Amino acid sequence: MLFGGLAEKLQDTFQKLKRKGKLTEKDVELALREVRMALLEADVNYRVARDFTAAVKERAIGAEVIKSLTPGQQVIKIVHEELIKLMGETQSKIAPPSPPPQCIMLVGLQGSGKTTSAAKLGLLLRRGGHNPLLVAADIYRPAAIQQLETLGRENGLPVFSLGKERPLQIGLQAMQRASREQNDYVIIDTAGRLHIDTELMDELKGLKEGLKPLEILLVVDAMTGQDAVNVAGTFHQQLGLTGVILTKLDGDTRGGAALSVRAVTGCPIKFSGLGEKMDAFEPFHPDRMASRILGMGDVLSLIEKAQQVVDEEKSRLLEKKLRSQSLTLEDFLEQLQQVRQMGPLDELLGLIPGFNRASKAMKNLSVDEKELLKAEAIVKSMTRQERLQPEIINSSRRRRIARGSGTTVQDVNRLLKQFGEMKKMLKQFSSMDKSRFKKSKGLFPFIR
Amino acid sequence: MLKIFKEGLRRTREALQDRLDQLFSKNEINDDFFADLEEVLISADVGVETSTKIIALLGQRLREAKIKEAQKAREILKELLIALMDGEKDRSLVFAPVPPTVFLVLGVNGVGKTTSIAKLAYHYRQAGKSVLLAAGDTFRAAAIEQLEEWSGRVGAGLIKHQSGGDPSAVVFDAVNAAAARHVDLLLCDTAGRLHTKSNLIEEIKKINRVIGRALPGAPHETLLVLDATTGQNGIAQAKYFQEAVPVSGVILTKLDGTARGGIVVAVKDLTGIPVKLVGIGEKKEDLQVFDPALFVEALLG
Ligand SMILES: Nc1nc2c(ncn2[C@@H]2O[C@H](COP(=O)(O)OP(=O)(O)OP(=O)(O)O)[C@@H](O)[C@H]2O)c(=O)[nH]1
Ligand SMILES: Nc1nc2c(ncn2[C@@H]2O[C@H](COP(=O)(O)OP(=O)(O)O)[C@@H](O)[C@H]2O)c(=O)[nH]1
Ligand SMILES: [Mg+2]
Ligand SMILES: [Mg+2]
Repeated sequence: MLFGGLAEKLQDTFQKLKRKGKLTEKDVELALREVRMALLEADVNYRVARDFTAAVKERAIGAEVIKSLTPGQQVIKIVHEELIKLMGETQSKIAPPSPPPQCIMLVGLQGSGKTTSAAKLGLLLRRGGHNPLLVAADIYRPAAIQQLETLGRENGLPVFSLGKERPLQIGLQAMQRASREQNDYVIIDTAGRLHIDTELMDELKGLKEGLKPLEILLVVDAMTGQDAVNVAGTFHQQLGLTGVILTKLDGDTRGGAALSVRAVTGCPIKFSGLGEKMDAFEPFHPDRMASRILGMGDVLSLIEKAQQVVDEEKSRLLEKKLRSQSLTLEDFLEQLQQVRQMGPLDELLGLIPGFNRASKAMKNLSVDEKELLKAEAIVKSMTRQERLQPEIINSSRRRRIARGSGTTVQDVNRLLKQFGEMKKMLKQFSSMDKSRFKKSKGLFPFIR
Repeated sequence: MLKIFKEGLRRTREALQDRLDQLFSKNEINDDFFADLEEVLISADVGVETSTKIIALLGQRLREAKIKEAQKAREILKELLIALMDGEKDRSLVFAPVPPTVFLVLGVNGVGKTTSIAKLAYHYRQAGKSVLLAAGDTFRAAAIEQLEEWSGRVGAGLIKHQSGGDPSAVVFDAVNAAAARHVDLLLCDTAGRLHTKSNLIEEIKKINRVIGRALPGAPHETLLVLDATTGQNGIAQAKYFQEAVPVSGVILTKLDGTARGGIVVAVKDLTGIPVKLVGIGEKKEDLQVFDPALFVEALLG
């Protein structure tokens, strides 16, 4: 499957709807039900998903979708845009440490990734020219202090610890040491706790009062389910969070918790954790997250790029040809040129969800920019007649085309074969009655 | 838009509890009833697919039995869910006829593997068995120290190598040591690993093979730890780990929070792996045998 779940479903839904003629508000509602399902499958909280689709509906039932040639794409675009809007601009900045030292507290549930993130954030800040101090304030979990000390040692970051002293004492003394040693940021690794554990939540409130932190960042596991709203809501309500770190995004979770957390706290998600290694830490990208939640890789950028270069009128013509299976090498050339305008091929394919998995599954699958250029040269060396009726290309014509395009006869043979296969494949697609969304990409021949 | 959400969500949390109470106190079963039930199940992380299945099944049962009152529907739903979770199943862990018995514990990062091992060790120490722990997480900083501290607290032996060592070599040594020392139970800790990382999945396969080679028939239990806060990704975790090594049961941790752990319903439904134990806190005593009836009761609010 080239395109991800939701895109696929929406195409199907609208294809069915379109057959009956005019699209109505009801139809859009039906499509939004698919959107809601996709959000739920991505772990977006039930209520958040419902409120979100309701908010999107208004925009979607506007003329934008109903009149569109490509309602499926339009809905995805709108949903995606609204998701990005909701998730906020890129705000991966930590407030400046003035006057130094300033304190950053990392808080969250057990096992969410606080200690790892403390070290990662420390490294990131140091790379930005700062001089952070890590503070081991998890006095409960066995070997939690050693864990932070080890990470500090391995990465050349100073770590302050006082054994099982009260966390506030640890924090206060760490601030003193930071003043002496000119550490500008003091990153406090706190123990994991449940948001309903009043005693431990009070401990955090005490830390907040005593240390007056610049930032309190909630560390959230991207695999979190529906409960994310309760967790984030309570932490925010009790501590007043300034931001969120979303961890374990290196897995295959769709990460709908991001939307829930954002919706319930309004805090920016500042960083993503993308692995157990220290450099696997990046600014958060709302747009990528939106696509991921929708289960579509970066299909949106693909749609946008395609829309930029693909002339609607021409596309319609092409679609017709595809349907009647009268696709010629001439159309093929045009497709080639359009694809090339969209950017480097590898990048494009990288945008297609599931492609990485697909390429693993199909051995020898590779994409070659050079192949694309070659194909273009070959088609250009054909006469118009040949492009329209490839059947007439006999061996002497093949030799001529090869010479003309600076390629070999084998190259020409391969291209003709690929073209034949593409036609076959398109035939299957159109008999499945899928929309032109899929077909017009014309990417197939370059995937070997 | 954000403001609306925030307001909406505050209401959400308050409202959900009311809705749950209302759901089953309503007299009549109608579309609202099923819509509310969907919300209850999905909010507990049961997931769209399994929730839909459950609702359809319930609808069918209600029609067959011509039941129209919500109160009765609740009972039917409970029965149905308990049956789905294998209510009658014997959940005792498998022990080898001749010691040592070996349990392998695995799961993604931070779910509670090490703590669950400590809890298991404590439980069996209380029951008078000798227990050995294998420090198979050689990757995470201070993971060995963490297990070492637990081994002291619960009175279990420990086999460890250096940090960064080969985990298969650790468990190999541990199995041999367990046999030589006539230990009753060996518990193997492993590093947290995402099911999507093929090298780490290969590693766990190797660990499993090495255990089997050192002691035919072992591991006697391969326990997958799932965190109750986990959402739909839990399904992928169960599927991929199951594909790599035969998982014999799930330990569902962190049920002491507000997450209801409905993901194990989907996991049971879609992979057949039964839940055997639940974690209900961070202390060594906080481990219980999974009780389907209690779980279902809590799941429905
Ligand atoms: N794959 C992956 N693992 C991560 C990431 N961040 C943290 N981890 C792992 O998740 C586990 C828990 O991380 P910790 O940093 O110990 O989490 P914590 O919140 O400090 O945990 P407690 O102190 O036990 O509450 C460890 O195994 C980490 O290696 C990430 O972005 N990706
Ligand atoms: N509240 C709660 N916390 C738990 C439970 N089980 C483990 N934890 C905590 O979760 C965190 C990660 O546990 P750990 O055993 O280190 O996980 P591992 O990385 O899978 O080995 C630790 O802080 C544990 O104390 C549980 O049942 N309830
Ligand atoms: Mg920690
Ligand atoms: Mg561990």
